[in-house]
Amino acid sequence: MAERVLMKGNEAIAEAAIAAGCRHFFGYPITPQTEVAAYMSKRMPKIGGVYLQGESEVASINMVLGAGAAGARVMTSTSSPGISLMSEGISYIAGSDVPCLIINVQRGGPGLGGIQPSQADYCQATKATGHGDFHMLVFAPSTVQEMVDLVAGAFDLGDKYRMPAMVLSDGMLGQMMEPVALPEPKEVDNDSKPWAACGHQNKREHNVINSLYINPQELEDLVRERYKKYEKIKETEQRAEEYLADDADIIIVAFGASSRVSRSAVDKARKEGIKVGLIRPITLWPFPEKAIWKHAGHAKAFLSVEMNMGQMVDDIRLACRCTRPVEFYGRTGGIIPTPKEVYDEIVRLNGGVQR
Amino acid sequence: MTDLNILLAGFGGQGILFTGKVIAYAGMMEGKEVSWLPSYGPEMRGGTANCSVCLSDATIGSPLVTTPDVLVAMNLPSLEKFEKDVVPGGLIIVDSSIITKKVSRDDVKVVYLDASNIAEANGFKGAANMVILGRMFRETGFCSAENLDKGLQKSIPPKKAALIDSNRKAISLGMES
Repeated sequence: MAERVLMKGNEAIAEAAIAAGCRHFFGYPITPQTEVAAYMSKRMPKIGGVYLQGESEVASINMVLGAGAAGARVMTSTSSPGISLMSEGISYIAGSDVPCLIINVQRGGPGLGGIQPSQADYCQATKATGHGDFHMLVFAPSTVQEMVDLVAGAFDLGDKYRMPAMVLSDGMLGQMMEPVALPEPKEVDNDSKPWAACGHQNKREHNVINSLYINPQELEDLVRERYKKYEKIKETEQRAEEYLADDADIIIVAFGASSRVSRSAVDKARKEGIKVGLIRPITLWPFPEKAIWKHAGHAKAFLSVEMNMGQMVDDIRLACRCTRPVEFYGRTGGIIPTPKEVYDEIVRLNGGVQR
Repeated sequence: MTDLNILLAGFGGQGILFTGKVIAYAGMMEGKEVSWLPSYGPEMRGGTANCSVCLSDATIGSPLVTTPDVLVAMNLPSLEKFEKDVVPGGLIIVDSSIITKKVSRDDVKVVYLDASNIAEANGFKGAANMVILGRMFRETGFCSAENLDKGLQKSIPPKKAALIDSNRKAISLGMES
């Protein structure tokens, strides 16, 4: 591994994408994501890549569709309101089976909301980013190092399954600096995409990238085929970190920034003798239901800790098949919960501290 | 040294974020887990900037410092806002060139350092942050002197390497204050 350097999450994720072979970036500035675009604007011209600021998020995501359709390893980044603007294009990308990477450095919503860290785009990312039947791969890093580590895999899995992948970050992870070791740059073989519309040179039939299917039967068949792929992904690609969960009576489920806060609260509660653990989803779609179900037998309750109004609670309920109560603690609007707040909630659920 | 949570706060332009970066890099050179989190937002000129730095032997949970072990206050609004949050037995370093008000608590150690005046009198105008850093180093010993210097060097980009020496001298002034 390379020497560790201090980097902001936003800059580290951009550098990691370049190391993963990304040479095409299209985007539009928005706080708290702007450092990703700024970093790309500096670096891409130096390495023969493309940095282009579109006239809007709508334009940028359609440029991503175009570059991805031509087989390029392509990405964009934005923050919450920007994803809403991009959602039409993301649906087209999914409907065209085109891989790409989308970074969402979440801020408070709805509407223009605020610019402080939030996780209020959970449902948007995992369930309904745009119109129609589709999913994206959604990754939730919790450290700057993990942002770096997840990027190459997100690109690779997107290519493997021919679908968009999202890294769901937030203003805290984007703005903070932590030591990070950057990966060695790797070459990407774009010839490995025989479906790409990159010029047939009279050597093959032309490839068509399209999301318009007028014949309902044709469209239903295609969507069903895609859902078979989603089932396979649900079976094989779930990822979660378990922390002190094996003997836990109370299991916190938290991702990204709120998982860090929760981990501090778990450590404090453990010192008080409370059997509490943490399951940290790393993939939000597919949701790590296996990890939840595995612990549903011994856990007395789950506690979802989020920086929103409880958007993940239903997924935990489904994953534990409603066999355990799923409680919720969260802050929203751009406020990061404190370890003390989460600890107090653990104590409340535990019925106090028994010595 | 155990874990140390540091909150640096002052006006935008006083080098609050840079000071945090030097501390974080020095901690990293010391082999600690570190995090650096700035306040960000529609900051107005003359408004406040602050920065949370965590140094720990273990994985860092929340990087947001809500109960600092060390508070560095470089303007009055920062002192008034964060004074109450410092843990009992913690340390508050006040730039007394700028803040004339006294800390009202008696369960924390308070250092009143004439940092801005010391910096200016020695030809390092604008380096009050480094004078304070030197003093904080002396008070807490959060890393070795060697690693503090490495942290400083790492925090200054190669193009601005000429600035290392003046910052180093300003840190020394703080250490000797």
